Amino acid sequence: MNNRIRLIAFALLLGLMSTQPLIAGKVRIAVAANFTAAMREIAANFEKSTKHTTVISYGSTGKLYAQIRNGAPFEVFLAADQRRPQKLEIDGLASERFTYAMGKLVLWSSDEKRETSKAALKRGDFKRVALANPKTAPYGTAAVTTMQRLGIEAALRKKWVIGDSIAQAHQFVATANAELGFIALAQIALDDSGNRWDIPQTLYDPIRQDAVLLDKGLKNPAAAAFVSFLQSPAAKVVIDKYGYATE
Amino acid sequence: MEIDWQPVWLTLKLAATTTLVLLLVGTPLAWWLARSHTRWKEVVGSLVALPLVLPPTVLGFYLLLMLGPNGPIGELTQSLGLGTLPFTFPGLVIGSVIYSLPFVVQPIRNAFEAMGERPMEVAATLRASPLTRFFGVAIPLARPGFVTGSVLGFAHTIGEFGVVLMIGGSIPGETKVLSVAIYDHVESLEWEQAHWLAGGMLLFSFIVVFSMFLLEKRLRRSGT
Repeated sequence: MNNRIRLIAFALLLGLMSTQPLIAGKVRIAVAANFTAAMREIAANFEKSTKHTTVISYGSTGKLYAQIRNGAPFEVFLAADQRRPQKLEIDGLASERFTYAMGKLVLWSSDEKRETSKAALKRGDFKRVALANPKTAPYGTAAVTTMQRLGIEAALRKKWVIGDSIAQAHQFVATANAELGFIALAQIALDDSGNRWDIPQTLYDPIRQDAVLLDKGLKNPAAAAFVSFLQSPAAKVVIDKYGYATE
Repeated sequence: MEIDWQPVWLTLKLAATTTLVLLLVGTPLAWWLARSHTRWKEVVGSLVALPLVLPPTVLGFYLLLMLGPNGPIGELTQSLGLGTLPFTFPGLVIGSVIYSLPFVVQPIRNAFEAMGERPMEVAATLRASPLTRFFGVAIPLARPGFVTGSVLGFAHTIGEFGVVLMIGGSIPGETKVLSVAIYDHVESLEWEQAHWLAGGMLLFSFIVVFSMFLLEKRLRRSGT
Protein backbone atom coordinates (compact mmCIF):
# COMPACT_ATOMS: atom_id res chain seq x y z
CA MET A 1 0.00 0.00 0.00
CA ASN A 2 2.67 2.37 1.10
CA ASN A 3 4.73 1.51 -1.92
CA ARG A 4 1.88 2.19 -4.28
CA ILE A 5 1.36 5.68 -2.84
CA ARG A 6 5.03 6.35 -3.23
CA LEU A 7 4.85 5.21 -6.83
CA ILE A 8 1.90 7.45 -7.58
CA ALA A 9 3.61 10.40 -5.97
CA PHE A 10 6.71 9.73 -8.01
CA ALA A 11 4.69 9.50 -11.20
CA LEU A 12 2.93 12.76 -10.38
CA LEU A 13 6.26 14.44 -9.73
CA LEU A 14 7.60 13.22 -13.05
CA GLY A 15 4.46 14.47 -14.75
CA LEU A 16 4.87 17.91 -13.20
CA MET A 17 8.48 18.10 -14.20
CA SER A 18 7.86 17.04 -17.78
CA THR A 19 5.51 19.96 -18.46
CA GLN A 20 8.51 22.28 -18.26
CA PRO A 21 11.58 22.01 -20.44
CA LEU A 22 14.83 21.31 -18.66
CA ILE A 23 16.21 24.75 -19.44
CA ALA A 24 13.35 26.61 -17.69
CA GLY A 25 14.84 29.17 -15.37
CA LYS A 26 13.91 32.11 -13.26
CA VAL A 27 14.76 35.76 -13.87
CA ARG A 28 14.58 38.56 -11.30
CA ILE A 29 13.62 41.89 -12.81
CA ALA A 30 13.50 45.40 -11.34
CA VAL A 31 11.01 47.63 -13.13
CA ALA A 32 10.27 51.36 -12.95
CA ALA A 33 6.80 52.00 -11.53
CA ASN A 34 5.41 53.70 -14.66
CA PHE A 35 5.96 50.53 -16.71
CA THR A 36 3.98 48.29 -14.32
CA ALA A 37 0.92 47.62 -16.46
CA ALA A 38 2.86 46.96 -19.65
CA MET A 39 5.36 44.80 -17.80
CA ARG A 40 2.64 42.54 -16.42
CA GLU A 41 1.49 41.70 -19.92
CA ILE A 42 4.99 41.35 -21.32
CA ALA A 43 6.01 39.07 -18.45
CA ALA A 44 2.94 36.89 -18.99
CA ASN A 45 3.72 36.59 -22.70
CA PHE A 46 7.36 35.88 -21.96
CA GLU A 47 6.50 33.15 -19.48
CA LYS A 48 4.07 31.59 -21.93
CA SER A 49 6.45 31.52 -24.87
CA THR A 50 9.69 30.55 -23.08
CA LYS A 51 8.52 28.65 -19.95
CA HIS A 52 10.90 30.73 -17.89
CA THR A 53 9.42 32.37 -14.82
CA THR A 54 9.82 35.96 -13.70
CA VAL A 55 10.08 37.56 -10.29
CA ILE A 56 9.39 41.26 -10.63
CA SER A 57 9.94 44.16 -8.22
CA TYR A 58 8.34 47.49 -9.04
CA GLY A 59 9.57 50.78 -7.62
CA SER A 60 10.92 54.20 -8.39
CA THR A 61 14.03 54.21 -10.54
CA GLY A 62 16.10 55.95 -7.86
CA LYS A 63 15.18 53.46 -5.19
CA LEU A 64 15.80 50.45 -7.40
CA TYR A 65 19.14 51.95 -8.46
CA ALA A 66 20.20 52.38 -4.83
CA GLN A 67 19.18 48.80 -4.12
CA ILE A 68 21.12 47.46 -7.11
CA ARG A 69 24.21 49.39 -6.05
CA ASN A 70 23.88 47.74 -2.67
CA GLY A 71 23.66 44.18 -3.83
CA ALA A 72 19.98 43.58 -4.63
CA PRO A 73 19.61 40.26 -6.48
CA PHE A 74 18.10 41.74 -9.67
CA GLU A 75 19.29 40.46 -13.04
CA VAL A 76 17.57 42.87 -15.41
CA PHE A 77 16.73 46.52 -14.74
CA LEU A 78 14.07 48.45 -16.64
CA ALA A 79 14.57 52.08 -15.61
CA ALA A 80 12.43 55.14 -16.25
CA ASP A 81 15.42 57.11 -17.50
CA GLN A 82 18.81 56.76 -19.18
CA ARG A 83 20.88 58.25 -16.41
CA ARG A 84 20.70 55.42 -13.90
CA PRO A 85 21.36 52.55 -16.38
CA GLN A 86 24.27 54.60 -17.78
CA LYS A 87 25.74 55.00 -14.30
CA LEU A 88 25.47 51.28 -13.65
CA GLU A 89 27.20 50.62 -16.95
CA ILE A 90 30.04 53.03 -16.12
CA ASP A 91 30.46 51.41 -12.72
CA GLY A 92 30.76 48.02 -14.39
CA LEU A 93 27.59 46.63 -12.87
CA ALA A 94 25.59 46.35 -16.09
CA SER A 95 25.84 45.87 -19.84
CA GLU A 96 23.79 45.66 -23.06
CA ARG A 97 21.96 48.96 -22.47
CA PHE A 98 19.11 49.74 -24.88
CA THR A 99 16.01 51.97 -25.02
CA TYR A 100 12.94 49.79 -24.59
CA ALA A 101 10.32 52.54 -24.51
CA MET A 102 9.90 56.28 -24.90
CA GLY A 103 7.49 57.83 -22.46
CA LYS A 104 4.75 60.30 -23.33
CA LEU A 105 3.68 63.00 -20.93
CA VAL A 106 0.04 64.04 -20.52
CA LEU A 107 -1.85 66.60 -18.49
CA TRP A 108 -4.73 64.77 -16.86
CA SER A 109 -7.80 65.53 -14.77
CA SER A 110 -10.12 62.91 -13.32
CA ASP A 111 -12.97 65.42 -13.55
CA GLU A 112 -14.59 65.35 -16.99
CA LYS A 113 -15.81 68.91 -16.64
CA ARG A 114 -12.34 70.31 -16.21
CA GLU A 115 -10.50 71.55 -19.26
CA THR A 116 -7.03 70.09 -19.82
CA SER A 117 -5.11 72.24 -22.27
CA LYS A 118 -2.34 74.77 -22.65
CA ALA A 119 -4.89 77.55 -22.10
CA ALA A 120 -6.20 75.93 -18.91
CA LEU A 121 -2.67 75.69 -17.55
CA LYS A 122 -2.03 79.35 -18.35
CA ARG A 123 -5.32 80.48 -16.82
CA GLY A 124 -4.36 78.74 -13.59
CA ASP A 125 -7.93 78.40 -12.28
CA PHE A 126 -7.08 75.40 -10.10
CA LYS A 127 -5.61 74.96 -6.67
CA ARG A 128 -3.12 72.19 -7.24
CA VAL A 129 -1.24 70.50 -10.02
CA ALA A 130 0.45 67.18 -9.29
CA LEU A 131 3.76 66.06 -10.69
CA ALA A 132 6.40 63.47 -9.88
CA ASN A 133 9.52 64.62 -8.06
CA PRO A 134 11.57 66.41 -10.77
CA LYS A 135 14.80 65.59 -8.96
CA THR A 136 14.28 61.86 -9.19
CA ALA A 137 11.56 61.03 -11.70
CA PRO A 138 12.04 61.69 -15.44
CA TYR A 139 8.33 62.43 -15.87
CA GLY A 140 8.68 65.06 -13.17
CA THR A 141 11.60 66.63 -15.02
CA ALA A 142 9.57 66.59 -18.25
CA ALA A 143 6.67 68.28 -16.47
CA VAL A 144 8.92 71.09 -15.24
CA THR A 145 10.47 71.51 -18.71
CA THR A 146 6.98 71.77 -20.19
CA MET A 147 5.99 74.49 -17.74
CA GLN A 148 9.26 76.33 -18.41
CA ARG A 149 8.76 76.24 -22.16
CA LEU A 150 5.22 77.54 -21.72
CA GLY A 151 6.63 80.31 -19.52
CA ILE A 152 4.39 79.44 -16.54
CA GLU A 153 6.76 77.61 -14.22
CA ALA A 154 7.19 80.49 -11.77
CA ALA A 155 3.46 81.22 -11.69
CA LEU A 156 2.48 77.61 -11.05
CA ARG A 157 5.21 76.63 -8.61
CA LYS A 158 3.04 77.45 -5.59
CA LYS A 159 0.40 74.99 -6.81
CA TRP A 160 2.74 72.05 -7.18
CA VAL A 161 2.19 68.92 -5.17
CA ILE A 162 5.03 66.49 -5.58
CA GLY A 163 4.49 62.76 -5.69
CA ASP A 164 7.28 60.40 -4.76
CA SER A 165 6.84 58.73 -8.13
CA ILE A 166 4.62 59.15 -11.18
CA ALA A 167 2.32 56.55 -9.61
CA GLN A 168 1.69 58.87 -6.68
CA ALA A 169 1.13 61.89 -8.94
CA HIS A 170 -1.55 59.83 -10.66
CA GLN A 171 -3.06 58.89 -7.29
CA PHE A 172 -3.31 62.56 -6.25
CA VAL A 173 -5.30 63.36 -9.40
CA ALA A 174 -7.38 60.16 -9.34
CA THR A 175 -8.56 60.96 -5.80
CA ALA A 176 -9.31 64.56 -6.94
CA ASN A 177 -6.95 65.96 -4.34
CA ALA A 178 -5.20 67.72 -7.22
CA GLU A 179 -7.39 69.03 -10.06
CA LEU A 180 -4.67 68.54 -12.65
CA GLY A 181 -1.56 66.45 -12.91
CA PHE A 182 1.33 65.68 -15.20
CA ILE A 183 1.42 61.93 -15.55
CA ALA A 184 2.52 59.25 -17.98
CA LEU A 185 0.17 58.41 -20.84
CA ALA A 186 0.89 54.78 -19.97
CA GLN A 187 -0.98 55.15 -16.70
CA ILE A 188 -4.26 56.02 -18.40
CA ALA A 189 -3.75 54.55 -21.86
CA LEU A 190 -6.33 51.83 -21.22
CA ASP A 191 -8.68 54.07 -19.25
CA ASP A 192 -10.96 56.69 -20.74
CA SER A 193 -12.03 58.49 -17.57
CA GLY A 194 -11.50 62.21 -17.14
CA ASN A 195 -9.84 64.56 -19.58
CA ARG A 196 -6.35 64.56 -20.92
CA TRP A 197 -4.10 66.71 -23.03
CA ASP A 198 -1.35 64.90 -24.92
CA ILE A 199 1.49 67.35 -24.47
CA PRO A 200 3.34 68.04 -27.74
CA GLN A 201 6.75 66.39 -27.68
CA THR A 202 8.41 69.71 -28.54
CA LEU A 203 7.63 70.91 -25.01
CA TYR A 204 9.84 68.37 -23.24
CA ASP A 205 12.96 66.35 -23.91
CA PRO A 206 12.37 62.73 -24.93
CA ILE A 207 11.84 60.43 -21.96
CA ARG A 208 14.01 57.52 -23.00
CA GLN A 209 13.57 54.55 -20.75
CA ASP A 210 16.60 52.27 -20.84
CA ALA A 211 17.04 48.69 -19.77
CA VAL A 212 20.24 46.89 -18.85
CA LEU A 213 21.39 43.38 -18.16
CA LEU A 214 22.87 43.42 -14.66
CA ASP A 215 25.98 41.51 -13.65
CA LYS A 216 23.99 39.12 -11.49
CA GLY A 217 22.16 37.96 -14.62
CA LEU A 218 25.20 37.46 -16.84
CA LYS A 219 25.26 33.71 -16.42
CA ASN A 220 21.49 33.22 -16.41
CA PRO A 221 20.04 32.15 -19.78
CA ALA A 222 16.59 33.26 -18.61
CA ALA A 223 17.88 36.81 -18.11
CA ALA A 224 19.39 36.88 -21.59
CA ALA A 225 16.16 35.47 -22.99
CA PHE A 226 14.15 38.23 -21.35
CA VAL A 227 16.46 40.96 -22.65
CA SER A 228 16.01 39.72 -26.21
CA PHE A 229 12.27 39.19 -25.72
CA LEU A 230 11.89 42.80 -24.58
CA GLN A 231 13.31 43.94 -27.93
CA SER A 232 11.14 41.62 -30.01
CA PRO A 233 8.26 42.84 -32.22
CA ALA A 234 5.83 40.96 -29.97
CA ALA A 235 6.92 43.00 -26.96
CA LYS A 236 6.87 46.24 -28.94
CA VAL A 237 3.20 45.74 -29.81
CA VAL A 238 2.41 45.60 -26.10
CA ILE A 239 4.65 48.58 -25.30
CA ASP A 240 2.88 50.66 -27.98
CA LYS A 241 -0.51 49.61 -26.70
CA TYR A 242 0.32 50.96 -23.25
CA GLY A 243 1.08 54.43 -24.52
CA TYR A 244 4.80 54.44 -25.21
CA ALA A 245 6.70 55.02 -28.41
CA THR A 246 9.25 52.46 -29.52
CA GLU A 247 12.19 52.73 -31.88
CA MET B 1 27.68 70.89 1.17
CA GLU B 2 24.69 72.73 2.53
CA ILE B 3 22.17 71.31 4.94
CA ASP B 4 18.63 72.49 4.48
CA TRP B 5 17.31 73.14 7.98
CA GLN B 6 13.73 73.85 6.97
CA PRO B 7 12.58 70.19 7.17
CA VAL B 8 14.13 69.94 10.64
CA TRP B 9 12.17 72.93 12.01
CA LEU B 10 9.02 71.81 10.25
CA THR B 11 9.32 68.35 11.78
CA LEU B 12 9.82 69.76 15.28
CA LYS B 13 6.84 72.05 14.78
CA LEU B 14 4.71 69.13 13.61
CA ALA B 15 5.76 66.92 16.51
CA ALA B 16 5.17 69.67 19.10
CA THR B 17 1.72 70.57 17.70
CA THR B 18 0.74 66.92 17.47
CA THR B 19 1.84 66.18 21.04
CA LEU B 20 -0.10 69.17 22.34
CA VAL B 21 -3.27 68.13 20.51
CA LEU B 22 -2.80 64.55 21.68
CA LEU B 23 -2.51 65.58 25.32
CA LEU B 24 -5.71 67.62 25.04
CA VAL B 25 -7.65 64.89 23.21
CA GLY B 26 -5.90 61.89 24.73
CA THR B 27 -6.25 62.75 28.42
CA PRO B 28 -10.07 62.64 28.62
CA LEU B 29 -10.04 59.59 26.34
CA ALA B 30 -7.51 57.80 28.56
CA TRP B 31 -9.52 58.76 31.67
CA TRP B 32 -12.68 57.33 30.17
CA LEU B 33 -10.90 54.15 29.08
CA ALA B 34 -9.45 53.70 32.56
CA ARG B 35 -12.64 54.43 34.51
CA SER B 36 -15.61 53.43 32.37
CA HIS B 37 -17.33 50.10 32.80
CA THR B 38 -19.32 49.89 29.57
CA ARG B 39 -18.93 47.05 27.14
CA TRP B 40 -17.97 49.51 24.41
CA LYS B 41 -14.82 50.41 26.24
CA GLU B 42 -12.66 47.74 24.65
CA VAL B 43 -14.04 48.49 21.18
CA VAL B 44 -12.90 52.09 21.54
CA GLY B 45 -9.66 50.89 23.13
CA SER B 46 -8.99 48.67 20.12
CA LEU B 47 -9.70 51.51 17.71
CA VAL B 48 -7.22 53.68 19.58
CA ALA B 49 -4.60 50.93 19.43
CA LEU B 50 -5.18 50.21 15.74
CA PRO B 51 -2.44 52.53 14.42
CA LEU B 52 0.07 50.32 16.25
CA VAL B 53 -0.51 47.47 13.84
CA LEU B 54 -1.77 49.18 10.68
CA PRO B 55 0.85 50.00 8.06
CA PRO B 56 1.11 53.82 7.85
CA THR B 57 0.38 53.61 4.13
CA VAL B 58 -3.07 52.21 4.93
CA LEU B 59 -3.75 55.17 7.20
CA GLY B 60 -2.35 57.56 4.60
CA PHE B 61 -4.39 56.05 1.80
CA TYR B 62 -7.67 56.29 3.69
CA LEU B 63 -6.85 59.79 4.88
CA LEU B 64 -6.19 60.83 1.28
CA LEU B 65 -9.61 59.50 0.28
CA MET B 66 -11.51 60.77 3.34
CA LEU B 67 -9.94 64.23 3.44
CA GLY B 68 -10.00 64.66 -0.36
CA PRO B 69 -12.67 66.75 -2.12
CA ASN B 70 -14.88 63.68 -2.71
CA GLY B 71 -14.45 62.22 0.76
CA PRO B 72 -16.87 62.79 3.67
CA ILE B 73 -14.44 64.87 5.74
CA GLY B 74 -13.26 66.74 2.66
CA GLU B 75 -16.85 67.68 1.82
CA LEU B 76 -17.33 68.91 5.37
CA THR B 77 -14.19 71.05 5.42
CA GLN B 78 -15.06 72.49 2.02
CA SER B 79 -18.58 73.41 3.11
CA LEU B 80 -17.03 75.15 6.12
CA GLY B 81 -14.87 77.14 3.72
CA LEU B 82 -11.65 75.53 4.92
CA GLY B 83 -10.74 73.89 1.63
CA THR B 84 -9.28 70.39 1.70
CA LEU B 85 -6.64 69.18 4.11
CA PRO B 86 -4.21 66.99 2.16
CA PHE B 87 -0.96 68.80 1.25
CA THR B 88 -1.36 71.23 4.16
CA PHE B 89 0.25 71.46 7.59
CA PRO B 90 -3.09 71.05 9.46
CA GLY B 91 -3.70 67.95 7.34
CA LEU B 92 -0.39 66.50 8.53
CA VAL B 93 -1.30 67.31 12.14
CA ILE B 94 -4.55 65.35 11.79
CA GLY B 95 -2.70 62.43 10.21
CA SER B 96 -0.03 62.49 12.93
CA VAL B 97 -2.60 62.68 15.74
CA ILE B 98 -4.23 59.50 14.51
CA TYR B 99 -0.89 57.86 13.83
CA SER B 100 0.56 58.62 17.29
CA LEU B 101 -2.67 58.30 19.28
CA PRO B 102 -1.91 54.94 20.97
CA PHE B 103 1.55 56.09 22.00
CA VAL B 104 0.05 58.86 24.12
CA VAL B 105 -3.26 57.36 25.24
CA GLN B 106 -1.91 53.99 26.36
CA PRO B 107 0.69 55.19 28.92
CA ILE B 108 -1.75 57.73 30.39
CA ARG B 109 -4.50 55.13 30.61
CA ASN B 110 -2.11 52.71 32.33
CA ALA B 111 -1.13 55.40 34.82
CA PHE B 112 -4.78 56.21 35.59
CA GLU B 113 -5.54 52.52 36.05
CA ALA B 114 -2.51 51.89 38.24
CA MET B 115 -3.58 54.66 40.58
CA GLY B 116 -6.82 52.80 41.44
CA GLU B 117 -10.07 54.21 42.82
CA ARG B 118 -8.78 54.91 46.27
CA PRO B 119 -7.06 58.33 45.96
CA MET B 120 -10.14 59.74 44.25
CA GLU B 121 -12.43 58.37 46.98
CA VAL B 122 -10.23 59.84 49.69
CA ALA B 123 -10.23 63.19 47.92
CA ALA B 124 -14.02 63.01 47.65
CA THR B 125 -14.43 62.42 51.38
CA LEU B 126 -12.32 65.55 51.88
CA ARG B 127 -14.98 67.39 49.83
CA ALA B 128 -12.83 68.10 46.83
CA SER B 129 -14.90 68.94 43.75
CA PRO B 130 -14.66 66.54 40.77
CA LEU B 131 -12.54 69.08 38.87
CA THR B 132 -10.19 69.61 41.78
CA ARG B 133 -9.95 65.87 42.25
CA PHE B 134 -9.02 65.38 38.60
CA PHE B 135 -6.48 68.19 38.33
CA GLY B 136 -5.23 68.11 41.93
CA VAL B 137 -5.06 64.37 42.48
CA ALA B 138 -5.41 62.27 39.31
CA ILE B 139 -3.12 64.20 37.01
CA PRO B 140 -0.21 64.62 39.47
CA LEU B 141 -0.42 60.93 40.38
CA ALA B 142 -0.41 59.94 36.71
CA ARG B 143 2.59 62.13 35.95
CA PRO B 144 4.89 59.28 34.81
CA GLY B 145 2.23 58.28 32.25
CA PHE B 146 2.04 61.84 30.94
CA VAL B 147 5.80 62.10 30.63
CA THR B 148 6.09 58.76 28.83
CA GLY B 149 3.11 59.56 26.58
CA SER B 150 4.42 62.98 25.59
CA VAL B 151 7.92 61.75 24.85
CA LEU B 152 6.70 58.75 22.86
CA GLY B 153 4.09 60.78 20.95
CA PHE B 154 6.67 63.44 20.11
CA ALA B 155 9.35 60.95 19.05
CA HIS B 156 6.95 58.77 17.08
CA THR B 157 5.70 61.80 15.12
CA ILE B 158 9.29 62.82 14.35
CA GLY B 159 9.81 59.41 12.78
CA GLU B 160 6.59 59.45 10.79
CA PHE B 161 7.00 58.68 7.12
CA GLY B 162 4.33 56.60 5.43
CA VAL B 163 1.37 58.81 6.29
CA VAL B 164 3.19 62.00 5.31
CA LEU B 165 4.36 60.47 2.06
CA MET B 166 0.78 59.61 1.16
CA ILE B 167 -0.91 62.92 2.05
CA GLY B 168 1.99 65.40 2.09
CA GLY B 169 2.99 66.17 -1.47
CA SER B 170 6.52 67.14 -0.35
CA ILE B 171 5.89 70.90 -0.24
CA PRO B 172 8.92 72.72 1.25
CA GLY B 173 8.06 74.50 4.50
CA GLU B 174 4.57 73.04 4.57
CA THR B 175 4.68 69.26 4.36
CA LYS B 176 8.27 68.29 3.53
CA VAL B 177 9.30 66.82 6.88
CA LEU B 178 12.62 65.29 7.86
CA SER B 179 11.89 61.70 6.91
CA VAL B 180 10.64 62.75 3.47
CA ALA B 181 13.69 64.99 2.99
CA ILE B 182 15.99 62.06 3.81
CA TYR B 183 14.08 59.85 1.40
CA ASP B 184 14.34 62.47 -1.36
CA HIS B 185 18.08 62.84 -0.78
CA VAL B 186 18.60 59.10 -1.03
CA GLU B 187 16.48 58.93 -4.18
CA SER B 188 18.45 61.76 -5.81
CA LEU B 189 21.76 60.09 -4.93
CA GLU B 190 22.65 62.93 -2.53
CA TRP B 191 23.82 60.44 0.04
CA GLU B 192 26.02 62.88 1.91
CA GLN B 193 23.10 65.13 2.87
CA ALA B 194 21.07 62.01 3.61
CA HIS B 195 23.82 60.84 5.97
CA TRP B 196 23.84 64.10 7.91
CA LEU B 197 20.09 64.12 8.42
CA ALA B 198 19.78 60.39 9.00
CA GLY B 199 22.71 60.33 11.42
CA GLY B 200 21.25 63.26 13.31
CA MET B 201 17.93 61.48 13.52
CA LEU B 202 19.60 58.35 14.88
CA LEU B 203 21.38 60.31 17.59
CA PHE B 204 18.23 62.25 18.46
CA SER B 205 16.14 59.10 18.75
CA PHE B 206 18.69 57.46 21.00
CA ILE B 207 18.82 60.49 23.28
CA VAL B 208 15.03 60.61 23.49
CA VAL B 209 14.64 56.95 24.39
CA PHE B 210 17.58 56.98 26.78
CA SER B 211 16.45 60.07 28.66
CA MET B 212 12.95 58.64 28.86
CA PHE B 213 14.25 55.55 30.62
CA LEU B 214 16.24 57.69 33.06
CA LEU B 215 13.28 59.98 33.71
CA GLU B 216 10.87 57.12 34.23
CA LYS B 217 13.19 55.52 36.72
CA ARG B 218 13.49 58.72 38.69
CA LEU B 219 9.76 59.45 38.63
CA ARG B 220 8.97 55.97 39.78
CA ARG B 221 11.42 56.24 42.65
CA SER B 222 10.06 59.60 43.77
CA GLY B 223 6.51 58.37 43.34
CA THR B 224 6.79 55.55 45.84
